[in-house]
Amino acid sequence: MNLAVDGRQAYAYTAAHALDAAKPAVVFVHGAGLDHSFWGLQSRYFGYHGRNVLALDLPAHGRSAGPPLATIGEMADWVFRAMDAQQLPKAAIVGHSMGSLVALECAARAPGRVERIALLGTAYPMKVGEAFLEAARVNDQAAYDMETIWGHAPQVPLGGNPNPGMWMYGDTLARLARLAPGVLHNDLRACNGYAGGEAAAAKVKCPVLFILGARDQMTQAKAGLAFAQLLPGAKVVQLAPSGHSMMAESPDATLDALIAFLRA
Amino acid sequence: MAGPKYPGFDTLALHAGQSPDPATGSRAVPVYLTTSYVFRDSEHAASLFNMERAGHVYSRISNPTVAVLEERVAALEGGVGAIATASGQAALHLAVATLMDAGSHIVASNSLYGGSHNLLGYTMKRFGIETTFVAPGTPENFAKAIRPSTRLLFGETLGNPGLEVLDVPAVAQLAHGAGLPLLVDATFTTPVLMKPFELGADLLYHSATKFLGGHGTVIGGVLVDSGRFDWEKSGKFPQLTAPYAGFHNMDFEEESGTRAFLLRARREGLRDFGACMAPMTAFQILQGIETLHLRMPRHVENTRKMVQFLAAQAAVEKVVYPELPGHPNHALAQKLLPRGCGAVFTFDLKGGREAGKRFIEALRVFSHLANVGDAKSLVIHPASTTHYRMTDEDLKKAGIGPGTVRLSIGLEDAEDLLEDLGRALKASQK
Repeated sequence: MNLAVDGRQAYAYTAAHALDAAKPAVVFVHGAGLDHSFWGLQSRYFGYHGRNVLALDLPAHGRSAGPPLATIGEMADWVFRAMDAQQLPKAAIVGHSMGSLVALECAARAPGRVERIALLGTAYPMKVGEAFLEAARVNDQAAYDMETIWGHAPQVPLGGNPNPGMWMYGDTLARLARLAPGVLHNDLRACNGYAGGEAAAAKVKCPVLFILGARDQMTQAKAGLAFAQLLPGAKVVQLAPSGHSMMAESPDATLDALIAFLRA
Repeated sequence: MAGPKYPGFDTLALHAGQSPDPATGSRAVPVYLTTSYVFRDSEHAASLFNMERAGHVYSRISNPTVAVLEERVAALEGGVGAIATASGQAALHLAVATLMDAGSHIVASNSLYGGSHNLLGYTMKRFGIETTFVAPGTPENFAKAIRPSTRLLFGETLGNPGLEVLDVPAVAQLAHGAGLPLLVDATFTTPVLMKPFELGADLLYHSATKFLGGHGTVIGGVLVDSGRFDWEKSGKFPQLTAPYAGFHNMDFEEESGTRAFLLRARREGLRDFGACMAPMTAFQILQGIETLHLRMPRHVENTRKMVQFLAAQAAVEKVVYPELPGHPNHALAQKLLPRGCGAVFTFDLKGGREAGKRFIEALRVFSHLANVGDAKSLVIHPASTTHYRMTDEDLKKAGIGPGTVRLSIGLEDAEDLLEDLGRALKASQK
């Protein structure tokens, strides 16, 4: 559905369902350079299983108008304004990679509006290499290649895709090809520059789930585990075969972990 | 700027789409001869049907062996995914049926495989989809034929029978300027010789019967999507950008902009038209693809020798191959096909139909049949076979002479092929 946030067009996938105030809500926040459709299977499931779903396109991503938001904090505030636009007082927030930092910030900034957070493919700090940042800054193809290759487990190009007939590398490259120049750099810089993790973690009151890919090359599992130490009581699920794009690489296991967490 | 490296083409040709079978350790791709797949429970079943979980339901829609082929071809072409079909013709039909309804219009090259010409010029017309055929040598011809109802531009990377080289970048630019996708038939070039998506094409298909399979054993097709065409922005494809009552009111583009075309093609096209590929066929084609990168250069090497030989023979009026300076698309071929112009070409014998018949009947190594892209060398004389009912005048309109012979050069010893051709040429002139 199209929304108006800050007077600009924004978009959220709702799994073809009108929002129902009587249902609990789950908000999905994508990672750097991506959009709502990266949550395709998982967001669709919850939309058809009793949840209001708002799988957002952050500004300048997918169907949402730009410009992009420069910091994780600005993105978190924008998520709340998108929820406001749909009269959603509170929701569980599920974030991937950059989106996981946004989910954390949301839980810290407005504990009363965030029922639980699931952080997928995450690390804190989420440092981005200088070469990656520079390639993205000049919109060099190498940046999209890094995002694609490091964004999946090493065996992905040689293995099978759980989604029949699809080529994960090609799909990621095609998504990135649709980005306006500068957007990937904006996102990577936001991740790299985010320094509020400890302070945010200290304010989190809601249940937290980490879903980590054991073969993640972008945000390594050990970094995700270290991050989880900042959030005592957080539940951690490691997906043995998965890399950073667990929603596509291990879609069923990712969904099952989310179902268990959101139903708890 | 250097980035991390993708696996090379040859590695992908052998591995993409398959890891060793987790249940048995099988290194080769298992042939899953099954119609259907057991659900874990009722909710799992419902989730598979509603596209909430990945997996297989029924082999008309997807099959694990076929999926390996689909992923492998998508990897080799640089697409987002692919759908394997019962034949190359089924792949073309699936593309057309997914993108348009009755009242729609296609602009196609007039240099097409006869079966494609029949499908577009006659059969689809019965269902209200019209095609205007244009000479592909001048890309602007495509633009001039575009109407408000046009939904697709279409051509072969190497046309039939004149091997016209489609100027993919130019035609793609014209298509995109009109908010339309470009579909190419890449059968003759294969991803070894040309990567159409890198040149701007949006969709492509192969008759996998030919070089991909490579051994003349099975019939199949593969339709591949680049995922780069913006259906929403075009505004001409409600089939992909509006809720579809035939699949739970799904808006395919909303589900995924990069996968919208393949989603509808699989969830409607395979489901309803049913022209799916059998798993054993997929296995055979996969065997071929594993050596595609080795076979194509040899096909081209042998072809160059045959072309050179025939061009020097007194019994030959002309040889049509884009690598020859006299071919109208020679310069374009050098630009778009530096690795070679494939292994199918025609030449005209002096002496017309009778000479053509004598030539064919004198051959010993070449097989006289209606196919191309086999590991074995093949030959056909259109005037006495596929086009035998046509007058010489009608043949001329089709770009075929009474003495035109089409060769598909295989992987035999070049010396044996040259000897065979030389003997048959002599016989043709008696």
